[in-house]
Amino acid sequence: MEQFQVHGTAKSRAGGHRRQATTGVNASGNLEVLVERVLPDHECQVEVATAVAGFRTVWEAVIEEFFERTSPGGLRFSINDGGARPDTVTLRLMQSVQLMEDEA
Amino acid sequence: MSNLVQAVEANWYEASARERITGLLDAESFVEVLGPEQRATSPHLAQFDLTGAFDDGIVVGRGRLDGQQVLLAAQEGRFLGGAFGEVHGAKLVGLLRAARDSAGRAGPRAVLLLLDTGGVRLQEANAGELAISEIIHAIVEVRSAGIPVLALVGGRAGAFGGGGIITACCSRIVVSEHARVSVSGPEVIETNKGVEEFDSKDRALVWRVCGARTRYLTGGVDRYVKGSIQDFREAAIALIAHSPPFKLAVLKAEQQRLSDRLQRFGDCRDAPEIWRKAGLPEPEHIAEISDDAFLAIQRIKGADHVAR
Repeated sequence: MEQFQVHGTAKSRAGGHRRQATTGVNASGNLEVLVERVLPDHECQVEVATAVAGFRTVWEAVIEEFFERTSPGGLRFSINDGGARPDTVTLRLMQSVQLMEDEA
Repeated sequence: MSNLVQAVEANWYEASARERITGLLDAESFVEVLGPEQRATSPHLAQFDLTGAFDDGIVVGRGRLDGQQVLLAAQEGRFLGGAFGEVHGAKLVGLLRAARDSAGRAGPRAVLLLLDTGGVRLQEANAGELAISEIIHAIVEVRSAGIPVLALVGGRAGAFGGGGIITACCSRIVVSEHARVSVSGPEVIETNKGVEEFDSKDRALVWRVCGARTRYLTGGVDRYVKGSIQDFREAAIALIAHSPPFKLAVLKAEQQRLSDRLQRFGDCRDAPEIWRKAGLPEPEHIAEISDDAFLAIQRIKGADHVAR
């Protein structure tokens, strides 16, 4: 298991008014994301706990690209990963942002 | 795309624990207790180098079913096989005790257990076994207080080990074709008794022994539904009103039913032998026919639960 955080700055606050959302399941090749609106408007952060050690640089690249693409200001993402591929990680992160934008 | 997603989510087997709850209950009625943001996670898994789940693999809370107040718990069968650990078990015990303590007054009309579990989590086995005992005790208390406890089983993990015993303690049990309910799972039997005794890779054998159709026809479960979440919802609504009281006379009648069943079918070596002896049509094909054709079969006489 490996745990680390990735911090970023966002150009704008993430849309919507939901306080939190979850998506995915911590299972083989999958991951769960808990997203909470708890940070200042121009900060974002991902906390990763992954079953597979040794891929931190890949995680950082995926997460930084995600920050760039969605500008999730104010959101903290917490991940429990069961060995998901990078595209699955991006998909779940994008889903979680979309859930926060939904009406609640 | 949204239609495609809905079609998948409407299927019990494919849905996550949270999707099952959303589809089962009245819209927007679910209120979670101890949700993922509380991070009530397992204190044991990290020692085994395992990542946890923010809800420890079980979602508990309250909501409405056809307008009636219910408490419910849903296990996530894909996280560690839905297995019971310390926190996971404590959440279910707490839910059941809350039901017991609010019986009467404005208490819940029923407790729904959306079970999807391989049994006890090996990494926290003692705590898990204790939790199973406490859950069984709590179910008995809830039923004694006059509140039905319904088990809904149709996920990929089935209901095995302590989860199988918990299922059998419920007032009523609903299954879909994918469901398996048993105590020792196929791989456990094979490991202990050898492949000659039980080949866990023979899926047809596994389902003939502990699968939904066998359990339904012999009275091990009460309702067999097609696989949609809506089917489970309708069955749960119907069964709340038809759950028998938890009384000594009822238990004695169930004991008698089981004794009679053992006497009648105890020497059968496989499910089709039972079907033949019971006079069911085309005993060799019961596993293969469609759900509609299966539901048209008359259950073995006396298969209805008395105790449940």
